[in-house]
Amino acid sequence: MSRAIVLYLHVHQPYRVRHYTIFDAGVRHDYFDAPDGDRTNNRDIVRKVAEKSYLPTNRRLLELLQEHPEFKLSMSITGTVLEQLERWAPEALRSFQDLTATGRVEIVAETYHHSLAFFYSREEFEAQVNMHREKVQQLFGQTPQVFRNTELAYNNDLAWWADKAGYKGVLAEGWDTVLGWRGPNFVYQPTYTDNIRLLLKNYKLSDDIAFRFGNQDWPEWPLTADKFAHWLNETPEATNFNLFMDYETFGEHQWHETGIFDFLHHLPKEWLKRDGNSFMTVSEVIDNFEPVDRVDMPQTVTWADTERDLSAWLGNNMQTSAITALYDLQNQVLESGDWDLIEDWRRLQTSDHFYYMCTKWFNDGDIHAYFSPYENPYDAFIAFMNAYHDLQFRLSEKGAAV
Amino acid sequence: MRVLMLGWELPPHNSGGLGVACYHLCKALSKKSVDIEFILPYHAPFEEDFMTVTAAHPQGAKVVLANASAYDSYKYVYEDGHEEWVDIVGQQRAYEHAVARLVEEREFDVIHAHDWLTFRAGLRARQVKNVPLILHVHSIERDRAGGQSGNPLVREIEATALLLADRIVAVSQLTKNAIIEDYGVPADKIEVVHNSVDHDSFLALDTDNAYRYLCAMKAQGYRVVVNVGRLTVQKGLPNLLKAAREVIYRAPKTLFLIVGSGEQYFELIELAAGLGISKNVIFTGFQRGKQWRDSFAVADLFVMPSVSEPFGITPLESIGFGTPALISKQSGVSEVLANCLKVDFWDVSEMANQITAVVQNDGLRDELQVNARQELNRLSWDATADRLLALYNEHIPAGAAA
Repeated sequence: MSRAIVLYLHVHQPYRVRHYTIFDAGVRHDYFDAPDGDRTNNRDIVRKVAEKSYLPTNRRLLELLQEHPEFKLSMSITGTVLEQLERWAPEALRSFQDLTATGRVEIVAETYHHSLAFFYSREEFEAQVNMHREKVQQLFGQTPQVFRNTELAYNNDLAWWADKAGYKGVLAEGWDTVLGWRGPNFVYQPTYTDNIRLLLKNYKLSDDIAFRFGNQDWPEWPLTADKFAHWLNETPEATNFNLFMDYETFGEHQWHETGIFDFLHHLPKEWLKRDGNSFMTVSEVIDNFEPVDRVDMPQTVTWADTERDLSAWLGNNMQTSAITALYDLQNQVLESGDWDLIEDWRRLQTSDHFYYMCTKWFNDGDIHAYFSPYENPYDAFIAFMNAYHDLQFRLSEKGAAV
Repeated sequence: MRVLMLGWELPPHNSGGLGVACYHLCKALSKKSVDIEFILPYHAPFEEDFMTVTAAHPQGAKVVLANASAYDSYKYVYEDGHEEWVDIVGQQRAYEHAVARLVEEREFDVIHAHDWLTFRAGLRARQVKNVPLILHVHSIERDRAGGQSGNPLVREIEATALLLADRIVAVSQLTKNAIIEDYGVPADKIEVVHNSVDHDSFLALDTDNAYRYLCAMKAQGYRVVVNVGRLTVQKGLPNLLKAAREVIYRAPKTLFLIVGSGEQYFELIELAAGLGISKNVIFTGFQRGKQWRDSFAVADLFVMPSVSEPFGITPLESIGFGTPALISKQSGVSEVLANCLKVDFWDVSEMANQITAVVQNDGLRDELQVNARQELNRLSWDATADRLLALYNEHIPAGAAA
């Protein structure tokens, strides 16, 4: 019996908004240029993450690709992180290019700006997907075949869109309430589509690595590669194990000291010990296995929190006020023909900005449960809205009615 | 005439109007040959020479570090190196003991204590030196609790001290009535002495307003409504935001500027978002200096919607900086200012009605301002100081004053 691990890593960094005040609005438009040493300084962050995560992880991934001809993986890399790597960590960008040069690393399609545009403006969404495709073609010489939406936010509409847009597959969370008795370890087809396939994240196995790996209170700690391979081998019926996670799992969320890199190093060897076991990219698994069933997801499902919905981004009034204000500017921004203005507007669409405004953990006092460069969600909101006001100012300077 | 002045804050280390009022009335008294020693609970450099400022540290304390606000916890650093965070009631007691020690080596003719935090210290000082004690009431606990009964420990201090005082100064008739109602103090014992404004401070305005964005929006036909003050329950800001929604519905080109910080900061940001008016409500946080002045100057109308405001100096400051005011009838300043709009703090629809009228009619705005300015010119701290001096003399035996 043939079985494949489908390892998919997501790479992203936003352009964080600095402490941008109302006194800056109308004066300077440098929302994303925090001073050196500031927690919102994007250059500092991308350099730190490159050093702690991207460079060491890519070095190990390249070793694995060289040692094991069977080893393969998939990645998505947003336009906003690619730009920042080009500018501030070019050696890290080259290390990604070295991986794709092996021909065994597939890049997954998404929005350039890691936005929630799908839910607000289909026109803008498609523009960002096109921008991302061009960037990937330019830097990696490949054209993505499989789509993932920001935060893995998925519903029937997204599948329908991706099908019509010609993608062979789309990624989503394998959430129990949607799957029911079915498991995530197969290829599926979304309802109301003709050709496209659906790959569902096995969140239990993925989170064992991404979240629980370094937790010494976890009964399965320490997790070794042979134990993990054993679990997969013992799973009765499965064709593919979809291990989807943030790239920063390696070295950033799970520090080097947890042994995460050793785990990664040994996993291919342990998994490939058994005949029939393999690694596949997202396209390959779709080419190799027929869909076993159709999956209906009318509601939007994401890969976040226990709710698996968009509430971490759009769950409170600040978040919805900010995002609707931003998309209300769309026509005026695009008609301005000012590419700096358009790009700033797009950078503000990145979902992280709305995540920083989330109050559901802040109110619980559990502020360590999420990553934010701001003191509190309100500071994030105020900085964002001041940047919004400055966009309004720039539009008015161009004669737009604001 | 030598006066021992007991106060909790002075600019620039003040969080509100109490420090400003103390500063100006001391300055005006000093011009009438009154020698003042002002005892603060914290150490801060005081650069002017019209009075002596002394820090009352608890025994053994080397440094007392205040937080941003005069009403937060303070950190006491002792000579033996240990540190302690002390809450407001604890500070009040520490201050009392420190003052009791300090006065033993000093001579003065009258003790003048400002608000409950210094009242026990005032009683102790009188006990030691046997000179008249005048308690100056800038607010009582009911005011600070937004009309609720407030902290019983604070009420006990107020009730006891007000009954034992030789004379009481209330900053308004409103406050005098509240003292009589809440504490049963005989009306004859309470003298109403209104606060005033410092006309010199209005000269500092320059033509280049710090709110460049708001100026640009005003050129686009927007009008600006401002509130400057602490964001606490006493100030009634939720009603202003509810009125703002009504105003924006009728006059969409109205922006509300909320300048200040306080315990309602987060709550008010969420309320504005919940009312769907985030695009029109700008929160600046606490401001000083030019940015503080320009907050008044940039506006078309200042609104003070206080639930309870014993005096309320900010509308006078606003008029001084060129912007007329809408004030709640539940304010002491209402007793000295006729040329302004007045509304019950709870009457949201009337508040909205009056704000809408001003933002839609520059003529009304300008007429209010011209007349209010003339009224303002008749107020002075000099007159306030005359009233206080007369009061001191009533309580000092003829010829006793040095």
